[in-house]
Amino acid sequence: MALPHLDAAYNLALWLTRDPSDAADVVQEAMLRALRFFGGYRGGSGKSWLLAIVRNTAFDWMKANRPSEIMQPIATGDDGFGIDLENFASEEDDPETALIRSLDRRQLDRLIADLPTEFRECLVLRELEDMSYKEIAHVTGTPIGTVMSRLARARKLMRNGWTREEAR
Amino acid sequence: MMPDIDHAEAHALFHAALDGELDALTGLRFETHMAACPACTADYARLKALSTAIRDGATRHAAPDAVRAALMASLLPQEAAAPVSTNVVPFPAGRLQRWLRPATTGFALGAALAASVAVLVDNRATDTAVADSIVTAHIRALQPGHLTDVQISDQHQVKPLFDGKIDFAPPVKELGEQGFDLVGGRLDYINGHEAAVVVYRRKLHMIDLFVTRAAHDRAGQETAPVAAGTPSGYNVKRWSAGGQDYWAVSDLNRAELADFAKAWQGRQ
Repeated sequence: MALPHLDAAYNLALWLTRDPSDAADVVQEAMLRALRFFGGYRGGSGKSWLLAIVRNTAFDWMKANRPSEIMQPIATGDDGFGIDLENFASEEDDPETALIRSLDRRQLDRLIADLPTEFRECLVLRELEDMSYKEIAHVTGTPIGTVMSRLARARKLMRNGWTREEAR
Repeated sequence: MMPDIDHAEAHALFHAALDGELDALTGLRFETHMAACPACTADYARLKALSTAIRDGATRHAAPDAVRAALMASLLPQEAAAPVSTNVVPFPAGRLQRWLRPATTGFALGAALAASVAVLVDNRATDTAVADSIVTAHIRALQPGHLTDVQISDQHQVKPLFDGKIDFAPPVKELGEQGFDLVGGRLDYINGHEAAVVVYRRKLHMIDLFVTRAAHDRAGQETAPVAAGTPSGYNVKRWSAGGQDYWAVSDLNRAELADFAKAWQGRQ
């Protein structure tokens, strides 16, 4: 018997908790909740429905076991809806700079893991799970505008981190 | 004629354009600007390169075999072929038995799980609202007594249903005097959060009162728990009290549903 979306569930749980055995716990708990509450499934994307449960289970788990991580401050300057145009446009001082050189997988993963949780989850759901803004909004329980802002911030932080990595 | 968009507007649209979220008209205006603006084109290309590099380079983790095996073992304890490996974090098996009523163990659970698996498979080709609602209705029919887990008119028998299942305590009020009979309760799930549902009836109309913990992080979100695909003809009344959010959902008319809310709020 197959359990569809189990990989997606584990992927999200691991990116959120950043520890494989914690992710395993979260997935177990989330799948149990999913089975228990299946009566509440109203149709639509099964993956979104399940990942919303995984996301909430992960946050509940982290609040209970690692409260200091939930309190991790979001990088300042996030007004919630705008994009910081000046910084974006002026990131490349050298007009000759080609497209960014690639980092290895380990470096990339570390950059993502270092993002504040709320930014990380938007980036993971968008780039690794290929979800739409509406689906991400559902999974994270936040308005679409917040998703857009956090995704933009995540990408900007990735760009900043990238530049630091390249300079090593 | 639509005015052209300038650099600031174009930049503001970069992410949405990259993610395929622009509507047709905005997309056209965006493309028009980009075609005439090398600076924006270069900036956009850098953003796209970043996104592509993340997609291609970051790790998308697959569930380890041990996690998959442990999951099967804990969800289907009677049918697990092999004992759970000792290096898997043990899942408290007792929890599963506690919420299951005897009728749902074994074959019924296996069937429910298989059915839920069938629905959770995302087949975009057939992902129409009609197909969803038919399948959903079919699946829900497999769940014994899907409307309520407990059918009783006494609040003292409905309340224990929620103990140990959710981490908040929804008040269960008897409103028979105001013409709303307590029918029972069940556990449910809305907007990604666990909900207690207290079920009432007036004449032939069922009222589901969904109760969740107040969501401090869902700033002002006005979404109702009744998602897309539910036929119009349902009314929703929403309020918050005592650290909990309430949604009353029914095909009862709005005036009487408002009476229900008032009756509930007025009663201790």
